[in-house]
Amino acid sequence: MEVNGSVALDVAAIRQDFPILSTTMNGKRLVYLDTAATSQKPRSVLQAMDHYYETANANVHRAAYALAEAATQALESSRATVARFIGAASANEIIFTKNATESLNLVAQAWGRANLAEGDVVVLSLLEHHANVVPWHQLAAERGITLRWIPVTTDGHLDLTDLDAILDGAKILSLTAMSNVTGAIPPIKQLVDAAHAAGAIVSLDACQYAPHLPMNVADLGADFVSFSSHKMLGPTGIGVLWGRADLLDATPPFLGGGGMILDVTTEGFIPAAVPQKFEAGTPAVAEAVGLAAAIEYLNALGMDAVRAHEEELTAYALGSLSDRFGADLTIHGPLNPAERGGVLSFAFADIHPHDLSQILDSHGVGVRPGHHCAKPLMRVLGVGATARASWYIYNDTDDIDTLSDALAAAKDFFSV
Amino acid sequence: MSGLEDLYREIILDHYRSPRNRGELPVPPAHRTDGFNPLCGDEIVVYLELDDPTAGDNAVVKDLRIGGQGCSISQSSASMMSAAVMGKSVGEIRDLTRSFKAMMSIHEGELEGTDIDDAAPGSDLPLGDLEALRGVVKFPVRIKCATLSWNTLAQNLEELATS
Repeated sequence: MEVNGSVALDVAAIRQDFPILSTTMNGKRLVYLDTAATSQKPRSVLQAMDHYYETANANVHRAAYALAEAATQALESSRATVARFIGAASANEIIFTKNATESLNLVAQAWGRANLAEGDVVVLSLLEHHANVVPWHQLAAERGITLRWIPVTTDGHLDLTDLDAILDGAKILSLTAMSNVTGAIPPIKQLVDAAHAAGAIVSLDACQYAPHLPMNVADLGADFVSFSSHKMLGPTGIGVLWGRADLLDATPPFLGGGGMILDVTTEGFIPAAVPQKFEAGTPAVAEAVGLAAAIEYLNALGMDAVRAHEEELTAYALGSLSDRFGADLTIHGPLNPAERGGVLSFAFADIHPHDLSQILDSHGVGVRPGHHCAKPLMRVLGVGATARASWYIYNDTDDIDTLSDALAAAKDFFSV
Repeated sequence: MSGLEDLYREIILDHYRSPRNRGELPVPPAHRTDGFNPLCGDEIVVYLELDDPTAGDNAVVKDLRIGGQGCSISQSSASMMSAAVMGKSVGEIRDLTRSFKAMMSIHEGELEGTDIDDAAPGSDLPLGDLEALRGVVKFPVRIKCATLSWNTLAQNLEELATS
């Protein structure tokens, strides 16, 4: 089967499952190319959340009535679905957070405060999203830890030339598994092995990775992995932190409150076991149910097929846009589709990204201009902002062609 | 594309392609202020030299230069602002700023359901070329682009007044 250039997925059929993709933007067919910011949601996710509220809503844990039992069951079965999806050894290794940002903060604040002292070294890369930078700056201000940075090559890959020296003596490597700007996928296994050999643990920011590639935490070998539901067809308001069981056991709680304790006295408290230890307050149960439905949707497609489709579409975009626009198009990222995901940052015809996206908007095409919460990387690339188009299972070559035509129109509009 | 043509008026594109008063001034006697739009990374640098910084509202702009980088709206707005305030007194600039911001906030005012006729004193000043930016209010996300240079200039004047 081949539909609009995709042999891996039936995109036309998939699009039918996403109500929002039948809407228009500025009177034009909506061409949604901003999945790196957030994905659209299939009907099955929306229905699962409605169904939960209509049939099973109650607060979870500790109540003795059937409805609360059903709510607890919904939450825990969602946790098990997430665990299976990423190859976790146990559902207890899945911590539900507000989003990946909170997951990354949990690692920096809970693990970091317990394990890092003045002078300890944390290694980051220049590809990182601010969510994997600012929490470490905050800890540095509080603890006097030292940050070291893995540099980036001009094509937006990590530069591993001095990796061993950078990792020497480090306590943790906290690294993106796929850049939200250049789309570059670092050689994760090599980096994890090098970090472990240097005595450091590894925390991965898998926000752009988990939705798009088959991911098995046991194979990756990392110690913490963070990702968000809303970038992988699920709702906003819930994220995931996976951690190795022994590491989670040894890490003190993050937020304090109800649900995360075994006992509280006037003198202090005893935390609950994982995962409840890290889930203070009423969890986002409907969102967990929605995330599980999103994972079921992805499982039905198969993550190998999802990756194959995106690799095809990326190859098509890189080829067709470069052929048409030549020197007018500068791509900030690797040119080999096998080394990258479906996130394309570019400069075009000296038109500022903000202006460019405004013109694309008038053609129904949604892309994102800006620094993409990666200002250290922007400085390396020597730009203040880029335009970024990103795709997913519901995009096809027609969408890329519409983007292409809109870019040509933008060039005409600004007469450059 | 009528909305787009409201936004990208020819005079705006002209200021974007040929920005007025672009460059730097020696500091001192000029005072430098950097302004950022954290949302899109746009940056405006205002170098301002007053004839007599101790003269308060009666001090007059002796020279002004604009640096930085950003989209056509932020850069053209800065260019038009530089032309509009050259030779003006601090008091006149304050009135002009109020007029410009009143023009920019019309859309926000409507969104919040407030009366759009309650503009601050000075908001009826003729804006000249700056009127071309009126189309920006239809694109709320771009209002911050258009006001970046004005906010940076206001900050510059405030820093001068308090130094």
